[in-house]
Amino acid sequence: MIINHPILGPRDSQEFTYLGDASLIDRPDWQAEDAADQFHDYLYLRDNPAGEHRELWFHEQGDRSWLVVTRNTVTHEILTVELARDVARARGRSK
Amino acid sequence: MTDAVMNAGAMAFRADGSNGARKGAQVNRLDGGLINGARKLGFTFDGTRYEGHEGDTLASALLANGVRLMGRSFKYHRPRGVLTSGSEEPNALVELRSGGRQEPNTRATVAELYDGLEANSQNRWPSLQHDFMAINDRFSNFLTAGFYYKTFMWPAAFWEKVYEPIIRKAAGLGSISFEADPDAYDKGFLHCDLLVIGAGPTGLMAALTAGRAGAQVIIADEDFLLGGRLNAETFGIGDLTGAAWGAQVQAELAAMPNVRVMPRTTIIGAFDHGIYGAVERVADHVLAPEAGKPRQILWRIYSKRAMLAAGATERPIAFENNDRPGVMLAGAVRAYANRWAVTPDQTVAVFTNNDDGHRTAADLIAKGVKVTAVIDTRTDAPKVEGAELLAGARVIDTKGRLGLEVAQVRLADGTTRDVPCGALAVSGGWNPNVHLTCHQRGRPAWREDIAAFVPAGELPQNMSVAGAANGDFSTAAALRAGAEGAVAALSELGIEAKASDLPEAEDAPVNVTPFWYVKEGKGRAWLDQQNDVTVKDVKLAHQENFRSVEHLKRYTTLGMATDQGKTSNMGGLAIMAELAGKQIPEVGTTMFRPPYTPVSFGVMAGRSVGEEFRPTRKTPSHKWAEEQGAVFVEVGQWLRAQWFPKAGETHWRQSVDREVLQTRNSVGICDVTTLGKIDVQGKDAAEFLNMMYANAFAKLPVGKVRYGLMLREDGIAYDDGTAARFAEDHFVVTTTTANAVLVYRNMEFARQCLFPDMDVQLISTTEAWAQFAVAGPNARKLLQKVVDPEFDISNEAFPFMGCGEVTVAGGCRARLFRISFSGELAYEIAVPTRYGDAMIRKLMEAGEEFGAVPYGTEALGVMRIEKGHAAGNELNGTTSALNLGMGRMVSKKKDCIGNVLSERPGMNQDDALKLVGFRPVNAGDPVQAGAHLMNADGEVSAATDQGYITSAAYSPVLGCSIGIGFLKRGDARLGEVIRAVNPLEGKETRVEVVSAHFVDPEGERLRG
Repeated sequence: MIINHPILGPRDSQEFTYLGDASLIDRPDWQAEDAADQFHDYLYLRDNPAGEHRELWFHEQGDRSWLVVTRNTVTHEILTVELARDVARARGRSK
Repeated sequence: MTDAVMNAGAMAFRADGSNGARKGAQVNRLDGGLINGARKLGFTFDGTRYEGHEGDTLASALLANGVRLMGRSFKYHRPRGVLTSGSEEPNALVELRSGGRQEPNTRATVAELYDGLEANSQNRWPSLQHDFMAINDRFSNFLTAGFYYKTFMWPAAFWEKVYEPIIRKAAGLGSISFEADPDAYDKGFLHCDLLVIGAGPTGLMAALTAGRAGAQVIIADEDFLLGGRLNAETFGIGDLTGAAWGAQVQAELAAMPNVRVMPRTTIIGAFDHGIYGAVERVADHVLAPEAGKPRQILWRIYSKRAMLAAGATERPIAFENNDRPGVMLAGAVRAYANRWAVTPDQTVAVFTNNDDGHRTAADLIAKGVKVTAVIDTRTDAPKVEGAELLAGARVIDTKGRLGLEVAQVRLADGTTRDVPCGALAVSGGWNPNVHLTCHQRGRPAWREDIAAFVPAGELPQNMSVAGAANGDFSTAAALRAGAEGAVAALSELGIEAKASDLPEAEDAPVNVTPFWYVKEGKGRAWLDQQNDVTVKDVKLAHQENFRSVEHLKRYTTLGMATDQGKTSNMGGLAIMAELAGKQIPEVGTTMFRPPYTPVSFGVMAGRSVGEEFRPTRKTPSHKWAEEQGAVFVEVGQWLRAQWFPKAGETHWRQSVDREVLQTRNSVGICDVTTLGKIDVQGKDAAEFLNMMYANAFAKLPVGKVRYGLMLREDGIAYDDGTAARFAEDHFVVTTTTANAVLVYRNMEFARQCLFPDMDVQLISTTEAWAQFAVAGPNARKLLQKVVDPEFDISNEAFPFMGCGEVTVAGGCRARLFRISFSGELAYEIAVPTRYGDAMIRKLMEAGEEFGAVPYGTEALGVMRIEKGHAAGNELNGTTSALNLGMGRMVSKKKDCIGNVLSERPGMNQDDALKLVGFRPVNAGDPVQAGAHLMNADGEVSAATDQGYITSAAYSPVLGCSIGIGFLKRGDARLGEVIRAVNPLEGKETRVEVVSAHFVDPEGERLRG
């Protein structure tokens, strides 16, 4: 596969390490009342769609960017590639 | 360019009309052809010497010498000859070369002949003519489809010891020499606008069109001679013969700098996003690769567009005893005659259901070969010049010992006639080579007019299909499709190309009436000759309700051999359709997977063999350690010194005990560079580390080091190390050797994905610093001789868990950490890697007066067990901070990775495992790592399990074997005697539960 890195352009997927669902960005609040339940869902519950999937890839053999890659799991078509940091900020994460 | 020159040479002897091939031993050699008659090549087959010519394949040369018998079948050991003239060959599998270069299961049809080629038949004993295992054929009733599943069911224990070895010995796999392959294999990367797969008329026209438009083009073909069927047919293109036109186009392509012509290159797979795998056979056609050149190259081709122009494969008709050597595909017989100037026999008959089969008769007659009959299943078959036509007839059986002599024919009027022939050219129609279109999601569709599957469904991204591969079988249609396909593909890339005037070429329609198998006869009619699958087997599968094509395939093994059923699948599923009363499209077809043809392990491995299998990382003191005669051990990719034997030491324990005792009594030095090092900087560095570690770091003072434990988000401990604060905004973190990469990855994840606005930067500095542990009561005295005098490293100025930047040896920058893994007064000192070698020499020199010893990973391990420090065995992916005795370290006042889930009740039960130490009750007993712990009395079972020992060693300090491990409520059971059991070896040792800190439990030495 070829991943079109937002900074470096098209790179072979061999340069990357795959992590999993991009929902891992949404780490729950540790002080929430139901923190244990939230962390359970965060860590163990995943959708497994046949189709579009937002997922985290790490450019380990490259610039060490974490990317959010939107990929069709059926066709392997890659629809968008974003810097995970931008996605995280857009989802309200900061410090 | 070399290919163009070569081909221009080939043209030269074609032009003069005679290749000068002498008839002699080559009894079946004809005139003409695309071989170099002036250049003879000697080769051996099963030890017999033969001669062939440049341009021959092993198969064509054997046929020229009158050899029809080339192999034995997989299961029944039936004598088999060559069926095809290409890579789809199921029968003529041979071993090439010998010694380290021996290669089994290669197809004689694509083995390019060279002087000195050594080939042997396989799967026969003692000889190809007299094969003892042919007895299997007599027992064929017991060896039908599914026989593995039915016959070898009982007793279960017999499978591994009895059945499998016998089957393996009997089944038709070639052998290997077990010698190392002396040749190199390479990998490479190529990029292009248009990849053209196949260099027949379609591919050549496409490449020419694209090449002339200036596009970056790669054209690859598995054959050594480009042209595809043009080389096997007699019809012309424009004013030239097909072969001459092909050579002309190839010469033009070779002269274009933007075109890469790749003969002997098989595209083996279509992968995601326009990536193709290709195997180039650089040196399989010569005795040995040129010095420095690889035998084969595995290319990864990145294409913007690809055109599949892979042509078509002829399919046989099944009839009784259709596997007798001499029964061949009609197109192959024609190819041998036209391209290689060879006939399999002087008398040939043709059996066909389509017009294309008639071409074989016409071409053979033109070459002076006697065609005894053209047997056509169609009653309205066209006339044949120069041979008898038997219309509406079919071959019902064959006869002949070790080769065809007679074809028995049922005529239209129901009578039977014996047709004498040494070869029977069979054509059941042609199947487009759709394989690569299926490598992702393509699902071929049936086309009634040509009675074949054509590419359909979702093709690999940016792939188009043209020519015979797409069901356009005439040469004119192929040329047109190639040109137009190239124009269309390039226009998508914004490259303007013109389909120039196409040369005149034959444009015959496809006239075929499907005919899959002859129903007469009680014997066996072969479908898949490589896996010995017959029409009967398909019927059996149907009868036993294995009716879907995927079940049919797996139950009968149809199409599961190395040829992936290129000549057999179609027949099998057509018969299944008939039996099930369905249309072929309803039954569908099985999928094809990469590789298109078999690929050697060598080229897959490439250069990653032997020592180069993976990178080897050497520590900065490696050279010095080698000089000391160190014994090394692999730790991941690292090579670390395991121990340093001294003269007179005959057992590793002697070396290790000495290293431990001398370190504890005076001073020892160990290279710890392999530990991961991560530089953490930024205003929020402390806050960031607070999140990474279970314990608190925010308030760590500058100039101090703290031990830290890292958890996974599920609360399990996964790594530990230290973080040293060099400035308010600067930490140096160490990780274990094994997790250096993972910790860094996780920290980057937290930095970018969880805390994107934290001001913190990370960089891996593992390889930037050479780091040495200096441990033992004399460690400080030693270091005071090395660290420059302006730095005060006295106990008061530089206490336990201190850190700082110093200089050594008169100004060399260094970092000093007062940390201890051994439990002794100890330091770690780091210098830039390039000074690592000098540093170890300096330290050893300074340590001479103290009798300083270097120690390796074994002594390191013994000392950390004596001290009760956790390592990889304890951080084993199942243990929590609580288990490790660090439960109180996990800060409840702050968030950190793993904090919330480490609170789960299940991980915090009263009987949780706790890390403790174990001493044998009888001092001489060994403590074994991996042993499970049981109460002093009672049964030994999983239900009564109390825990397990994770690490054990002989402690030279205590003079006995010791261990540490996890015991239920271990911290409350000190002094209890329990049993460490090893049911696998029947061992049981009584051990006393003790503190894991065997040496200096109060930590006085550390602080001294």
